[in-house]
Amino acid sequence: MSAQVITVTSGKGGVGKTTVTANLGMALALAGKKVVCIDADIGLRNLDVVLGLENRIVYDIVHVVEGRCRTRQALIRDKRAPNLWLMPAAQSRDKSAVKPEDMVRICEELRPEFDYILIDSAAGIEEGFRTALAPADLVLLVTNPEVAAVRDADRVIGLVEAMGKPTPKLIVNRLKLDMVRRGDMLDTSDVLEILAIELLGVIPEDEQVVVATNRGTPVVLEERSPAGQAFRAIARRLMGENVPLFLSEDGQGVWGWLRRLVRSGGGR
Amino acid sequence: MSWLDRLRGQPSPRETAKQRLQVILVHDRSDISPGLLEVIKDEIIAVLSRHVPIIAEEVRVTVTQDARECRLVADIPLGNRHGRP
Repeated sequence: MSAQVITVTSGKGGVGKTTVTANLGMALALAGKKVVCIDADIGLRNLDVVLGLENRIVYDIVHVVEGRCRTRQALIRDKRAPNLWLMPAAQSRDKSAVKPEDMVRICEELRPEFDYILIDSAAGIEEGFRTALAPADLVLLVTNPEVAAVRDADRVIGLVEAMGKPTPKLIVNRLKLDMVRRGDMLDTSDVLEILAIELLGVIPEDEQVVVATNRGTPVVLEERSPAGQAFRAIARRLMGENVPLFLSEDGQGVWGWLRRLVRSGGGR
Repeated sequence: MSWLDRLRGQPSPRETAKQRLQVILVHDRSDISPGLLEVIKDEIIAVLSRHVPIIAEEVRVTVTQDARECRLVADIPLGNRHGRP
Protein backbone atom coordinates (compact mmCIF):
# COMPACT_ATOMS: atom_id res chain seq x y z
CA MET A 1 0.00 0.00 0.00
CA SER A 2 1.30 3.44 -0.87
CA ALA A 3 -1.00 6.32 -0.12
CA GLN A 4 -1.93 9.01 -2.58
CA VAL A 5 -1.25 12.43 -1.03
CA ILE A 6 -4.06 14.89 -1.77
CA THR A 7 -3.68 18.52 -0.73
CA VAL A 8 -6.84 20.61 -0.39
CA THR A 9 -6.17 24.28 -1.04
CA SER A 10 -7.97 27.46 -2.11
CA GLY A 11 -6.07 30.71 -1.93
CA LYS A 12 -8.92 32.62 -0.36
CA GLY A 13 -9.90 31.68 3.17
CA GLY A 14 -13.39 30.68 4.24
CA VAL A 15 -14.41 28.84 1.07
CA GLY A 16 -14.66 25.45 2.79
CA LYS A 17 -11.26 23.76 2.59
CA THR A 18 -11.56 22.23 6.04
CA THR A 19 -15.14 21.08 5.45
CA VAL A 20 -14.06 19.48 2.16
CA THR A 21 -11.05 17.76 3.77
CA ALA A 22 -13.08 16.40 6.70
CA ASN A 23 -15.93 15.14 4.54
CA LEU A 24 -13.81 13.59 1.81
CA GLY A 25 -11.68 11.92 4.50
CA MET A 26 -14.76 10.54 6.19
CA ALA A 27 -16.37 9.46 2.88
CA LEU A 28 -13.22 7.63 1.75
CA ALA A 29 -12.90 5.94 5.14
CA LEU A 30 -16.56 4.84 5.10
CA ALA A 31 -15.91 3.37 1.63
CA GLY A 32 -13.29 1.13 3.22
CA LYS A 33 -10.14 3.12 2.48
CA LYS A 34 -7.54 3.82 5.15
CA VAL A 35 -7.27 7.58 5.42
CA VAL A 36 -5.28 10.09 7.43
CA CYS A 37 -6.23 13.78 7.42
CA ILE A 38 -3.39 16.15 8.26
CA ASP A 39 -4.21 19.67 9.46
CA ALA A 40 -1.48 21.89 7.98
CA ASP A 41 -3.03 25.11 9.24
CA ILE A 42 -0.54 25.56 12.09
CA GLY A 43 -1.71 28.14 14.61
CA LEU A 44 -5.29 28.15 13.33
CA ARG A 45 -6.29 24.52 13.59
CA ASN A 46 -9.89 23.61 12.84
CA LEU A 47 -9.96 20.19 11.22
CA ASP A 48 -10.14 18.62 14.70
CA VAL A 49 -13.30 20.63 15.48
CA VAL A 50 -15.03 19.88 12.18
CA LEU A 51 -14.32 16.18 12.70
CA GLY A 52 -15.40 16.40 16.36
CA LEU A 53 -12.07 15.07 17.63
CA GLU A 54 -10.86 18.17 19.50
CA ASN A 55 -11.11 16.57 22.95
CA ARG A 56 -8.78 13.70 22.12
CA ILE A 57 -5.66 15.63 21.06
CA VAL A 58 -2.51 14.84 23.02
CA TYR A 59 0.24 15.32 20.44
CA ASP A 60 0.20 17.30 17.21
CA ILE A 61 2.23 17.67 14.03
CA VAL A 62 4.72 20.09 15.60
CA HIS A 63 5.48 17.53 18.33
CA VAL A 64 6.25 15.05 15.53
CA VAL A 65 8.47 17.53 13.68
CA GLU A 66 10.36 18.38 16.84
CA GLY A 67 10.82 14.72 17.72
CA ARG A 68 8.85 15.00 20.94
CA CYS A 69 6.61 12.06 19.97
CA ARG A 70 6.51 9.33 17.36
CA THR A 71 4.42 9.92 14.22
CA ARG A 72 1.88 7.27 15.26
CA GLN A 73 1.36 8.93 18.64
CA ALA A 74 0.04 12.10 16.97
CA LEU A 75 -2.63 10.16 15.06
CA ILE A 76 -6.16 10.20 16.51
CA ARG A 77 -8.45 7.40 15.40
CA ASP A 78 -12.05 8.29 14.61
CA LYS A 79 -14.44 6.03 16.54
CA ARG A 80 -17.28 6.45 14.00
CA ALA A 81 -15.03 5.41 11.12
CA PRO A 82 -12.13 3.31 12.39
CA ASN A 83 -10.36 3.70 9.03
CA LEU A 84 -10.06 7.47 9.56
CA TRP A 85 -7.20 9.13 11.43
CA LEU A 86 -6.38 12.76 12.16
CA MET A 87 -3.01 14.38 12.65
CA PRO A 88 -3.89 17.73 14.26
CA ALA A 89 -2.07 21.01 13.77
CA ALA A 90 -0.48 22.84 16.71
CA GLN A 91 -2.56 25.73 17.96
CA SER A 92 0.09 27.71 19.80
CA ARG A 93 2.69 27.95 17.03
CA ASP A 94 2.97 29.52 13.58
CA LYS A 95 3.50 28.30 10.04
CA SER A 96 7.30 28.29 10.34
CA ALA A 97 7.11 25.36 12.80
CA VAL A 98 6.58 22.89 9.93
CA LYS A 99 8.78 23.16 6.83
CA PRO A 100 8.01 21.65 3.41
CA GLU A 101 10.67 18.97 3.96
CA ASP A 102 9.05 18.05 7.31
CA MET A 103 5.70 17.53 5.59
CA VAL A 104 7.33 15.41 2.89
CA ARG A 105 9.07 13.28 5.53
CA ILE A 106 5.88 12.74 7.56
CA CYS A 107 3.97 11.73 4.43
CA GLU A 108 6.73 9.34 3.36
CA GLU A 109 6.48 7.69 6.76
CA LEU A 110 2.69 7.39 6.55
CA ARG A 111 2.41 6.38 2.89
CA PRO A 112 2.98 2.61 3.35
CA GLU A 113 0.21 2.37 5.94
CA PHE A 114 -2.60 4.30 4.28
CA ASP A 115 -4.57 4.57 1.04
CA TYR A 116 -5.05 8.34 1.18
CA ILE A 117 -3.32 11.19 2.97
CA LEU A 118 -5.47 14.35 2.86
CA ILE A 119 -3.73 17.61 3.76
CA ASP A 120 -5.85 20.60 4.76
CA SER A 121 -3.83 23.60 3.59
CA ALA A 122 -3.73 26.99 5.28
CA ALA A 123 -5.36 29.89 3.43
CA GLY A 124 -3.03 32.24 1.59
CA ILE A 125 -0.05 31.59 -0.65
CA GLU A 126 2.78 31.96 1.84
CA GLU A 127 4.94 29.48 3.69
CA GLY A 128 2.09 27.28 4.97
CA PHE A 129 0.76 26.88 1.45
CA ARG A 130 4.13 25.63 0.16
CA THR A 131 4.45 23.24 3.09
CA ALA A 132 1.02 21.72 2.42
CA LEU A 133 1.76 21.44 -1.31
CA ALA A 134 5.23 19.89 -1.01
CA PRO A 135 4.24 16.18 -0.77
CA ALA A 136 1.10 16.43 -2.95
CA ASP A 137 0.41 13.91 -5.72
CA LEU A 138 -2.94 15.56 -6.39
CA VAL A 139 -4.16 19.07 -5.60
CA LEU A 140 -7.81 19.86 -5.01
CA LEU A 141 -8.72 23.50 -5.43
CA VAL A 142 -11.82 24.61 -3.54
CA THR A 143 -13.63 27.75 -4.60
CA ASN A 144 -17.00 29.41 -4.17
CA PRO A 145 -18.87 30.73 -7.19
CA GLU A 146 -18.03 34.35 -6.46
CA VAL A 147 -15.59 36.89 -7.88
CA ALA A 148 -13.00 37.12 -5.08
CA ALA A 149 -12.73 33.36 -4.51
CA VAL A 150 -12.41 32.58 -8.23
CA ARG A 151 -9.77 35.26 -8.67
CA ASP A 152 -7.67 33.79 -5.85
CA ALA A 153 -8.21 30.28 -7.19
CA ASP A 154 -6.81 31.38 -10.53
CA ARG A 155 -3.68 32.68 -8.82
CA VAL A 156 -3.27 29.38 -6.96
CA ILE A 157 -3.47 27.39 -10.23
CA GLY A 158 -0.49 29.35 -11.53
CA LEU A 159 1.49 28.89 -8.30
CA VAL A 160 0.78 25.15 -8.11
CA GLU A 161 1.96 24.69 -11.70
CA ALA A 162 5.05 26.82 -11.02
CA MET A 163 5.91 24.44 -8.17
CA GLY A 164 5.97 21.58 -10.68
CA LYS A 165 2.78 20.01 -9.31
CA PRO A 166 0.00 18.71 -11.55
CA THR A 167 -2.79 21.14 -12.45
CA PRO A 168 -5.32 21.21 -9.59
CA LYS A 169 -8.77 19.68 -9.89
CA LEU A 170 -11.67 21.95 -9.03
CA ILE A 171 -14.35 21.65 -6.36
CA VAL A 172 -17.05 24.34 -6.51
CA ASN A 173 -18.45 24.67 -3.00
CA ARG A 174 -21.62 26.38 -1.76
CA LEU A 175 -23.42 26.69 -5.07
CA LYS A 176 -26.79 28.32 -4.40
CA LEU A 177 -29.11 26.76 -6.92
CA ASP A 178 -31.93 29.28 -6.51
CA MET A 179 -29.55 32.21 -7.01
CA VAL A 180 -28.04 30.63 -10.12
CA ARG A 181 -31.52 30.11 -11.48
CA ARG A 182 -32.33 33.78 -10.96
CA GLY A 183 -29.13 34.87 -12.68
CA ASP A 184 -27.77 36.25 -9.41
CA MET A 185 -24.78 33.94 -9.02
CA LEU A 186 -21.99 32.50 -11.15
CA ASP A 187 -22.80 28.98 -12.27
CA THR A 188 -20.35 26.08 -12.30
CA SER A 189 -20.05 26.41 -16.07
CA ASP A 190 -18.93 30.06 -15.70
CA VAL A 191 -16.27 29.16 -13.12
CA LEU A 192 -15.05 26.29 -15.31
CA GLU A 193 -14.85 28.46 -18.41
CA ILE A 194 -12.82 31.06 -16.53
CA LEU A 195 -10.43 28.73 -14.68
CA ALA A 196 -10.14 26.14 -17.48
CA ILE A 197 -9.25 23.20 -15.22
CA GLU A 198 -10.89 19.84 -14.64
CA LEU A 199 -14.00 19.81 -12.45
CA LEU A 200 -14.04 17.15 -9.73
CA GLY A 201 -17.30 18.07 -8.06
CA VAL A 202 -19.94 20.58 -7.05
CA ILE A 203 -21.25 20.96 -3.51
CA PRO A 204 -24.64 22.66 -3.23
CA GLU A 205 -25.27 25.13 -0.43
CA ASP A 206 -26.73 23.10 2.41
CA GLU A 207 -27.68 24.32 5.89
CA GLN A 208 -26.95 20.86 7.23
CA VAL A 209 -23.24 21.59 6.82
CA VAL A 210 -23.50 24.22 9.56
CA VAL A 211 -25.48 21.86 11.78
CA ALA A 212 -22.95 19.09 11.18
CA THR A 213 -20.02 21.38 12.01
CA ASN A 214 -21.77 22.52 15.19
CA ARG A 215 -22.08 18.91 16.27
CA GLY A 216 -18.67 17.78 15.05
CA THR A 217 -20.18 15.11 12.80
CA PRO A 218 -19.21 15.57 9.13
CA VAL A 219 -22.22 16.02 6.88
CA VAL A 220 -21.37 12.90 4.82
CA LEU A 221 -22.77 10.95 7.76
CA GLU A 222 -26.19 12.44 6.94
CA GLU A 223 -27.73 10.14 4.37
CA ARG A 224 -30.17 12.69 2.95
CA SER A 225 -28.06 15.83 2.94
CA PRO A 226 -27.44 17.15 -0.61
CA ALA A 227 -23.94 18.29 0.39
CA GLY A 228 -23.28 14.89 1.95
CA GLN A 229 -24.34 13.18 -1.29
CA ALA A 230 -22.04 15.47 -3.26
CA PHE A 231 -19.08 14.65 -1.00
CA ARG A 232 -19.73 10.93 -1.35
CA ALA A 233 -19.80 11.30 -5.14
CA ILE A 234 -16.46 13.15 -5.12
CA ALA A 235 -14.93 10.48 -2.89
CA ARG A 236 -16.01 7.77 -5.33
CA ARG A 237 -14.54 9.74 -8.21
CA LEU A 238 -11.25 10.01 -6.29
CA MET A 239 -11.34 6.23 -5.94
CA GLY A 240 -11.45 5.98 -9.72
CA GLU A 241 -15.14 5.18 -10.10
CA ASN A 242 -16.91 6.66 -13.06
CA VAL A 243 -19.57 8.58 -11.13
CA PRO A 244 -21.47 11.23 -13.07
CA LEU A 245 -20.82 14.75 -11.80
CA PHE A 246 -24.43 15.08 -10.77
CA LEU A 247 -25.81 12.09 -9.01
CA SER A 248 -29.36 11.70 -10.20
CA GLU A 249 -29.91 10.65 -13.81
CA ASP A 250 -33.68 10.74 -13.54
CA GLY A 251 -33.96 14.48 -13.05
CA GLN A 252 -35.44 14.10 -9.57
CA GLY A 253 -34.70 16.39 -6.68
CA VAL A 254 -31.93 18.87 -6.32
CA TRP A 255 -29.46 17.00 -8.54
CA GLY A 256 -31.83 16.72 -11.45
CA TRP A 257 -32.42 20.40 -11.13
CA LEU A 258 -28.68 21.08 -11.16
CA ARG A 259 -28.24 18.92 -14.25
CA ARG A 260 -30.98 20.74 -16.08
CA LEU A 261 -29.44 24.08 -15.12
CA VAL A 262 -26.07 23.09 -16.49
CA ARG A 263 -27.56 21.69 -19.68
CA SER A 264 -29.53 24.85 -20.35
CA GLY A 265 -26.39 26.88 -19.84
CA GLY A 266 -27.63 28.85 -16.89
CA GLY A 267 -31.31 28.30 -16.49
CA ARG A 268 -32.62 31.55 -17.87
CA MET B 1 -32.33 40.17 -10.03
CA SER B 2 -35.81 41.63 -10.47
CA TRP B 3 -38.00 41.22 -13.53
CA LEU B 4 -37.90 45.00 -13.93
CA ASP B 5 -34.10 44.95 -14.31
CA ARG B 6 -34.43 42.11 -16.76
CA LEU B 7 -37.02 44.05 -18.74
CA ARG B 8 -34.67 47.02 -18.89
CA GLY B 9 -32.06 44.76 -20.46
CA GLN B 10 -29.68 45.10 -17.52
CA PRO B 11 -27.00 42.39 -17.39
CA SER B 12 -27.66 39.89 -14.61
CA PRO B 13 -25.34 39.90 -11.57
CA ARG B 14 -24.11 36.56 -12.87
CA GLU B 15 -23.10 38.07 -16.23
CA THR B 16 -21.56 41.09 -14.52
CA ALA B 17 -19.51 38.85 -12.23
CA LYS B 18 -18.29 36.78 -15.16
CA GLN B 19 -17.30 39.79 -17.25
CA ARG B 20 -15.50 41.45 -14.33
CA LEU B 21 -13.63 38.25 -13.55
CA GLN B 22 -12.51 37.85 -17.15
CA VAL B 23 -11.04 41.35 -17.18
CA ILE B 24 -9.44 40.98 -13.72
CA LEU B 25 -7.84 37.66 -14.61
CA VAL B 26 -6.40 38.85 -17.90
CA HIS B 27 -4.48 41.47 -15.96
CA ASP B 28 -3.62 39.13 -13.05
CA ARG B 29 -2.30 36.40 -15.33
CA SER B 30 -0.23 38.66 -17.55
CA ASP B 31 0.88 40.88 -14.67
CA ILE B 32 0.06 43.86 -16.88
CA SER B 33 -2.17 46.43 -15.18
CA PRO B 34 -4.55 48.62 -17.21
CA GLY B 35 -2.24 51.57 -16.44
CA LEU B 36 0.85 49.77 -17.73
CA LEU B 37 -1.06 48.87 -20.88
CA GLU B 38 -1.67 52.60 -21.53
CA VAL B 39 2.06 53.32 -21.10
CA ILE B 40 2.96 50.50 -23.51
CA LYS B 41 0.45 51.81 -26.02
CA ASP B 42 1.85 55.36 -25.89
CA GLU B 43 5.41 54.10 -26.37
CA ILE B 44 4.42 51.88 -29.31
CA ILE B 45 2.76 54.88 -30.93
CA ALA B 46 5.86 57.03 -30.31
CA VAL B 47 8.27 54.46 -31.78
CA LEU B 48 6.16 53.55 -34.82
CA SER B 49 5.33 57.15 -35.63
CA ARG B 50 9.00 57.76 -36.29
CA HIS B 51 8.95 55.19 -39.11
CA VAL B 52 5.43 54.94 -40.52
CA PRO B 53 2.34 57.12 -40.42
CA ILE B 54 -0.20 55.64 -38.01
CA ILE B 55 -3.60 56.74 -36.78
CA ALA B 56 -2.68 57.21 -33.14
CA GLU B 57 -6.21 57.65 -31.79
CA GLU B 58 -7.33 54.30 -33.24
CA VAL B 59 -4.47 52.22 -31.83
CA ARG B 60 -5.72 49.40 -29.58
CA VAL B 61 -3.39 47.47 -27.30
CA THR B 62 -5.04 44.66 -25.34
CA VAL B 63 -4.17 41.48 -23.49
CA THR B 64 -6.20 38.51 -24.72
CA GLN B 65 -6.33 34.97 -23.50
CA ASP B 66 -7.03 31.57 -24.93
CA ALA B 67 -7.58 29.04 -22.13
CA ARG B 68 -4.65 29.93 -19.84
CA GLU B 69 -2.38 31.47 -22.50
CA CYS B 70 -2.08 35.23 -22.60
CA ARG B 71 -0.97 37.36 -25.50
CA LEU B 72 -0.45 41.05 -26.05
CA VAL B 73 -2.30 42.18 -29.13
CA ALA B 74 -1.70 45.54 -30.82
CA ASP B 75 -4.03 46.74 -33.54
CA ILE B 76 -2.36 49.66 -35.29
CA PRO B 77 -4.14 51.24 -38.25
CA LEU B 78 -1.73 52.78 -40.75
CA GLY B 79 -2.41 56.18 -42.29
CA ASN B 80 -0.99 57.25 -45.66
CA ARG B 81 1.81 59.71 -46.06
CA HIS B 82 -0.62 62.54 -46.62
CA GLY B 83 -2.55 61.99 -43.42
CA ARG B 84 -5.62 59.86 -42.94
CA PRO B 85 -6.78 57.66 -45.82
